[in-house]
Amino acid sequence: MRNVRLVQGNEACALGALKAGATFYAGYPITPSTEIAEHMAEMMPVHGGKFIQMEDEIASVGAIIGASATGAKSFTATSGPGFSLMQELIGYAAITEVPIVIVDVQRMGPSTGLPTLSSQGDIQQARWGSHGDHAVIAIAPNSVMETYYQTIKAFNLAEKYRTPVIFLLDEEIGHLRERFDVDDDQPVEIIDRKKPTCAPEDYVPFTNQEADQVPPMAAFGDGYRYHLTGLTHNEKGFYSSALPVVDAFNRRLVGKIEDAVDDIFEYEGSHLDDCDVLLIAYGSAARSAEEAMEELREQGIKAGLFRPVTIWPIHEEKIRAACSGKKAVIVPEMNMGQYAREVQRIAPDGVPVISLGRVDSELIVPEEIMNLVKEVLK
Amino acid sequence: MKPVYEKYFRDNLPHIWCSGCGNGIVMSAWARAMDELNLDKNKVIGVSGIGCSSRITGYLDLNTLHTAHGRALPFATGAKMAKPEMDVFIFSGDGDCSAIGGNHFIHACRRNMDMTMIVINNNIYGMTGGQFSPLTPFGKKATTAPYGSVDRPFDLCELAMGAGATFVARGDIYHAKQLTDLIVAGYKHKGFSMIEVIASCPISYGRRNKIPKPADMMQYVKDHTVTKAVADKLPAENLKDKYVTGIFRDIEDVEYNEAYAALCKRVQGGAE
Repeated sequence: MRNVRLVQGNEACALGALKAGATFYAGYPITPSTEIAEHMAEMMPVHGGKFIQMEDEIASVGAIIGASATGAKSFTATSGPGFSLMQELIGYAAITEVPIVIVDVQRMGPSTGLPTLSSQGDIQQARWGSHGDHAVIAIAPNSVMETYYQTIKAFNLAEKYRTPVIFLLDEEIGHLRERFDVDDDQPVEIIDRKKPTCAPEDYVPFTNQEADQVPPMAAFGDGYRYHLTGLTHNEKGFYSSALPVVDAFNRRLVGKIEDAVDDIFEYEGSHLDDCDVLLIAYGSAARSAEEAMEELREQGIKAGLFRPVTIWPIHEEKIRAACSGKKAVIVPEMNMGQYAREVQRIAPDGVPVISLGRVDSELIVPEEIMNLVKEVLK
Repeated sequence: MKPVYEKYFRDNLPHIWCSGCGNGIVMSAWARAMDELNLDKNKVIGVSGIGCSSRITGYLDLNTLHTAHGRALPFATGAKMAKPEMDVFIFSGDGDCSAIGGNHFIHACRRNMDMTMIVINNNIYGMTGGQFSPLTPFGKKATTAPYGSVDRPFDLCELAMGAGATFVARGDIYHAKQLTDLIVAGYKHKGFSMIEVIASCPISYGRRNKIPKPADMMQYVKDHTVTKAVADKLPAENLKDKYVTGIFRDIEDVEYNEAYAALCKRVQGGAE
């Protein structure tokens, strides 16, 4: 049946989670993400799933990791201050390789900041917020429809790579209402975590013998009794400080994500080969960038757009190629250059990368981008 | 008591605990309780936080989840709610449970999910080398209270009851059979059960408080515990430095997952 109506980004996220097979939600109220919790509170009991409101955001992540260990696809939603509180357990999910999805509807920070106003200030925190070397996947959609489909992808990636996936909405996309048009009968790809097929006594829960570096994961209760610990562990899952074990373990944790960047990374490119100035933008800022590009082209100025949908891992090769030979690269974003610094690191020598960061809580408008492009080309 | 090691223990012993530590006695009591209850190991989840006591989950051949400091209860809550047919036991220490995990503790007591929590109280942060915890008695010495603690401690059982727990008990490591019985009773209780265990840490607590020898520490636990039945007949001044053991509360109230299941049935159009 076709489902056509006006839907808010946060609701599209909730709908996508259900479509992906999420059966467990734990959360703590926080603006501007609360609608996701409210939708889950309403829909989970109808669909036979579980909803629980926890005492804080730390407890919320703990609960979804516990639920995921029993085999349930689990997620939570939050915003800046809550996302900060979650960081330790995001690291726990990374080291224990328990799939979870964390939706962070970004708001203006730091600290309480401006709770109802938009920001893209959590880009680097999504990557580096928890201590130690570990890799995560982060996704930033730019529309209501994309929020729906990318939420499904977030769950798929969490399951496939046994990792926390950070779903970076911004307040603007979370609260945006747009036409939602989904044919519920159309199949979408749903990925479930690999399960062990061996006998329980042969199960090596953290084996490094898998080609994709991702060990099969048994659910608690399936008869494969094993140990999950936040301590650095050997292939059997128990604490180890043996040098080769620790080194191989840490490299596999990062490698299983970074080495799969071709599979994970998704982007949209417009006029990449036929532009003098390349715009690189994501989330709500990409909407303004797209409009700026179109208007500039109408005026005869060759602008192009590279829009990463996947924020982490970053596809250095693709970004380097897109930047190559351009007169300038401009990165408009609602922070002080958090993604721009990645592009600056990656772009070929001689290509100037200019950050267009806005942190007054207002959206970046197309005119700002157009003016900067014209100034750069002077 | 019949040995339970072969049946429940993983082959990763020896454990990390010091000589004279009480944690092993609690671990054995848990194994004996599971044996007495004839629990299916595939259906048991053991969840723990961080600290010496929380290492228990690593040694038993079950589905085990060694979590982050203070956070065992949220993990357990998620696991139990996602799969209510599992038997969930939670292990924590005095610092793990009542300091960094204090917020989760009171909410787990309030929520009344059918799980059994065992808090091993050795009055000290052992793993970090002997700092005072919220359960260190007033005036006792620790590395962060070198002149004696000026922090008033919690009574963990009173705290649990105040927060709404429906089964609250206290045992100790000297009375190992009583401890096993308390864990069995806590498991059989429908709802959240909290069992505090008075334990020993001769290395990090005893040495600074004039009970450095394991045997003396055990004697100290024996001398400073009194059953509820006896305590009820004693004047208050005789109980000043004593831990009363036994079951303080065992009442029926709404269990969280049953309430949630009834809610699902109702919204899906079935009769409640």
